[in-house]
Order: sequence, then structure tokens, then C-alpha cells
Amino acid sequence: MKNLEIGGRQFQSRLFLGTGKFGSPEMMMKAVASSETEMVTVALKRMDLQKKEDSILSALRGFKGILLPNTSGARDAKEAVFAAHMAREALGTSWLKLEIHPDPRYLLPDPVETLKAAEILVKDGFVVLPYIQADPVLCKRLEEAGTAAVMPLAAPIGSNSGLQTRSMLEIIIEQSNVPVVIDAGLGAPSHACAAMEMGADACLVNTAIAVAGNPEAMGECFRDAVAAGRRAYETGLPTASRAAASSPLTSFLDL
Amino acid sequence: MTFNEYHARFDWDEIQQRIYSKTLSDVDRALSKKSPLDLEDFMALISEAALPRLEEMAQKSRALTLKRFGNTMQMYIPLYLSNECSNCCTYCGFSHLNKELERRTLSDLEILSEIKVIKETPFEHLLLVTGEDARTSGFEYLRHAVRLCKPYFKHLSIEVQPMGVEEYSVLASEGVSAVLVYQETYHRENYRKYHLAGKKSIFSYRMDTPDRICEAGIRKCGIGCLIGLEDWRTDSFFTALHLRYLEKKYWKTRFSISFPRLRPHAGLEDQKNIQTDRELIQLICAYRLFDPDVELSLSTRESPRFRDHAIRLGITSISAGSRTDPGGYSLSKTELPQFVINDDRTPEEVCKVVRENGYEVVWKDWDPSLDAL
Repeated sequence: MKNLEIGGRQFQSRLFLGTGKFGSPEMMMKAVASSETEMVTVALKRMDLQKKEDSILSALRGFKGILLPNTSGARDAKEAVFAAHMAREALGTSWLKLEIHPDPRYLLPDPVETLKAAEILVKDGFVVLPYIQADPVLCKRLEEAGTAAVMPLAAPIGSNSGLQTRSMLEIIIEQSNVPVVIDAGLGAPSHACAAMEMGADACLVNTAIAVAGNPEAMGECFRDAVAAGRRAYETGLPTASRAAASSPLTSFLDL
Repeated sequence: MTFNEYHARFDWDEIQQRIYSKTLSDVDRALSKKSPLDLEDFMALISEAALPRLEEMAQKSRALTLKRFGNTMQMYIPLYLSNECSNCCTYCGFSHLNKELERRTLSDLEILSEIKVIKETPFEHLLLVTGEDARTSGFEYLRHAVRLCKPYFKHLSIEVQPMGVEEYSVLASEGVSAVLVYQETYHRENYRKYHLAGKKSIFSYRMDTPDRICEAGIRKCGIGCLIGLEDWRTDSFFTALHLRYLEKKYWKTRFSISFPRLRPHAGLEDQKNIQTDRELIQLICAYRLFDPDVELSLSTRESPRFRDHAIRLGITSISAGSRTDPGGYSLSKTELPQFVINDDRTPEEVCKVVRENGYEVVWKDWDPSLDAL
């Protein structure tokens, strides 16, 4: 399996993890370990950057991968940009998952504000990974703005409903010059595997692992599914056999 | 159209009659649908006909809550700033008519003393509470109190007298991110029976308060009714109606529902409206099936046993270690509380149970940097 490169950094794992919704930091760390992820995202609003012993940050202290703070809770570009700078100052990282969802129910991202914030943050030197709708034009606009990847959603966050936006994701994958990370809505390892078979560069999973009966075991399942899907994509999936007309339309040419 | 105008289209008696005529097949139809449900389904789920399906409702409610909120429980603590009140609410210990209560509004020093004690615990979400008295604990007092508390907490909520859009906007800019205001009852005529005097006696002004909170850009608005004043099923229907109205109109605002429940006590006019534990669980589960995204909050009014089970069935936020008398955390001699606390365990004791149930205790779920103030 080829390494994934984002923002000049190599990743062997193509599975990223969200850290919300786990029953305890210990359970989260078991899933982080079993999934072999090298990138985890943490909500800025959950971290207590003033406390030396913040439970999430303490648990992640030994984590060797990229800690990706996210701006979940921001409703517009202004709030997201401000929060991003706070995160960089406190955590000493320029990596950022840009999330702007003014709708608190379905947590759907605001395309206008996300693009606006991405343009500012890229100029400010951030490695920006924006969470967005599966909108191919928006992905190209974000790529032009200089984001390090695009993170289109497969379905609403936490819905576990799989690749509902498949047709749009196919176009995004076909057109993108930056890595495409399928984010949100993947509810089963088979969903993640299918996304990787389509040619996605990586998947981000949270709810499906955190709320599973055994998050540690589910972390492994997603690890294997993502790897299998990616290897299948790199190997080249056989195409479906085509139907042959019983009376060929061009047979008259042979006469 | 504000909610007061919308509410006028509905007839209390007709709604009550519709709820009480729901059958088991209406309940089963609701349970066979995918959430969010509509108001007809909600009526079925809060009806007496749904009680035989309580276990199924609880299972579904738990699954929906875990999916949306994960294995987490949000924690908050109230800080009562004042018990002075010009309202005469027949059910409330702070009522102007209660001449036995010694009145107190906390000074700056007293507020700081309370904060000092609270900060010995890990709470980061503080709920500021007052009665309604423009002379002693009006808008300016509250703004000042918010400024005093802000440096010590990541998340400030208020449960105070209703205000105007401009005042809420100012408080939002000061860092208040949630406002709770309960309608007490949605029964327009009988509301007067319980609210004899003071600004609170104006039904329509209170009814439109959530509209003003949302218009002002406050991030979260908490609503609810006082369970036990009128028929709880009908009042809960109107709370659900209110929620759905608000969610459609103010799509950027988060909403929460609380369950202040009157207990049987001497002087309560109509004991027949008292809600049983079984019925409160039914209501919690019905709200969850009606709306998988709404936050559901339970205070220390409820008993330890009830709370320890309810947190697994749909509740997303609880308080612990609460005092409901101004100065209750730091002063040795205090006045009667607003309501009787049934769960007087320490925050540590409550958290232990929460963790034993498989939940991570969440003290902080907001960062002031996201306010971009």
C-alpha cells in the first residue's frame, strides 16, 4: 500500500479518527492504538488548554501521529479563524481541521464561510483540512485556495448511513489534485472499504468506532477495511462484465 | 409570526382530548417510524396508551442518544445570585408572597466566594440563576455578575427574568452562550391562576421570550414546562410544538429541554397532575424519539436512583452538588432553597456513577475562543 502524503507528511495509515463520543479517554486510546491511525482530530471546545492535565490531551500524550485540532462549534469564518489561531498558539501545531457548521442539528458545513476561512487560514500558514459537503466545485475552489486536502462528507455526521453522496464523491476523487478524505457518515467497515475502493485517499471515522460495543475491536475492523479497500484500488478492481447483444449491431459489416 | 401567535391557533382542550384518545396502534405506528417523528406521533408516545411500550421506547431512546451524543454526559452547576422576586408564582419558594424568606442578592465578594468554592470542583459550565427583581438583580446586575464569573468558567448559561432582544445581544457579547426560560404552563387561561402579579403574569411576553433569545443570537435556548401544574401530557405537547417551531425558524440555535417536576406537597392545588417516575421516563424517551438532536437535561430535583437510571435513557446533561439558595456554597447560614434537592450527593459521587454506566464525564464542551469575542 502506498503511503499517503498530506501537507508534506507521510502517512502509512489511511484511517483518521475522531475522538468524541468515547466512554472514557482510556477507551479512546485503545481504539487509537488498535486502529493504527496516525492522525486524530480533537475538538478545541473539548480541550482545556489552560489545564496541565486535560483528560483528552493527557491521554494523547504518547500518540506519535498528527494531532488535528478542529473548530467544531464555529458558526462562521470569523469564529473559526479566531479559534484556529488560539489552537495553534496553545498546541503548537499548524494542522487544522476546519469545521464550520452553523446548523447545530445535522452539523452540516457552511460552504461559503468554509471557503472564506480557508483562504485566510492558508495565507496565515495553516495546513488546512476542510470538512465540507460533497460538492465537486467547492472542492476545486478549496484546492485553489491552497488547502492540504478536502474532506467531503459521505452522509450527515453520526448518521452511520454510508456513502450517500457516492456520485458526487466519485467526481471529487476524479478531479482532485489534493488528497480526498471521506469524512462523516461512515457507519460500518464496509462503508469505509467501499470509499477506499472508489479511490478515496483516506477515511475519517468517529461515531461508528466510539459508540460500538467494543471500540477497540471496531478500530481494528476499520483499520483492516480501509487497508483492504485501498489495496484493492491500487491493484485494480475488475470491471463488471459487459452485456453482449445476441444479434450484434455491426455484424452486417462482415457480410 | 411569533410563537404566541402560532400557539393561539391551538385549542388546549382539543389537544388534550386527542392525546387521551390515542390507541396502542397509534403508538406502534409511531414506534415503527424513523426519528425525527411528527407531533401526532409524539402525542401517541406521551399518551397513556404508550405505557405498555415503555421498554421499547427506552431501548430506542438509548440507541438514538448514544448515536447522536456518544458515551458522554455534560455536567453543569447552578449559582443562585438572588432570591429577590417581584413575581407571585403560587408554586415557587421565591414568590413575593413568601414573607418568611429572608431575601438576599449576592454582592461581588459573595459571588467570588461562591466561585471559589465551586472551582474546587472541575465544573466549567456555570448556570447563573436569579428571581425577577429589576431593583436588585436587573440587567445591569446580571451583566456585572457575568463579567465577574467569565474568567473562571468556559461556559456560562443564565436562568433569569425574560429580557428584550437588545439585552440578550449584550449578554451574548459578554459571553453568555445559553439562556433557559420555562413557560411553566402553556395553558393561556390557567397561567393567570399561578402567576398572580409581577411582570411574569403577562403570558404572551413570557411565551415570546425564546423568540427573542434566538433573534439575539444566543447559541442555546432551553425551554420546558413546570410538570405538575396542568395536565403534563398536554403541556408537553405544547413544549414539543414550541421546540419544532423554534428549530424551523432559528436553524442556527441549539435547544435543550428540562424537566422541572413538582412533587406532591401540601398546598398544591391539584395533585392529579403529579407525574410518576414511570411517566417522566416515558416523557424523556418520547422527546428523544421526537427529536434525536435536542439536549435533555435533568437537575438535582430528582432522586439519585431516578437520575442514575435516566442518564442511560436519553438525558444528555445533568447538574450535581447543586445549592439552590444564594450563598449556599460558601455561606454557613442560608435561606430556604427555591426547590428541594433530592440528589444531594457530591459531584464526585455522581460522576462515579456516571462513569460506572460507561459515560465519559464532560466538564468542558465549549471554548471562549469560539465566541471570537
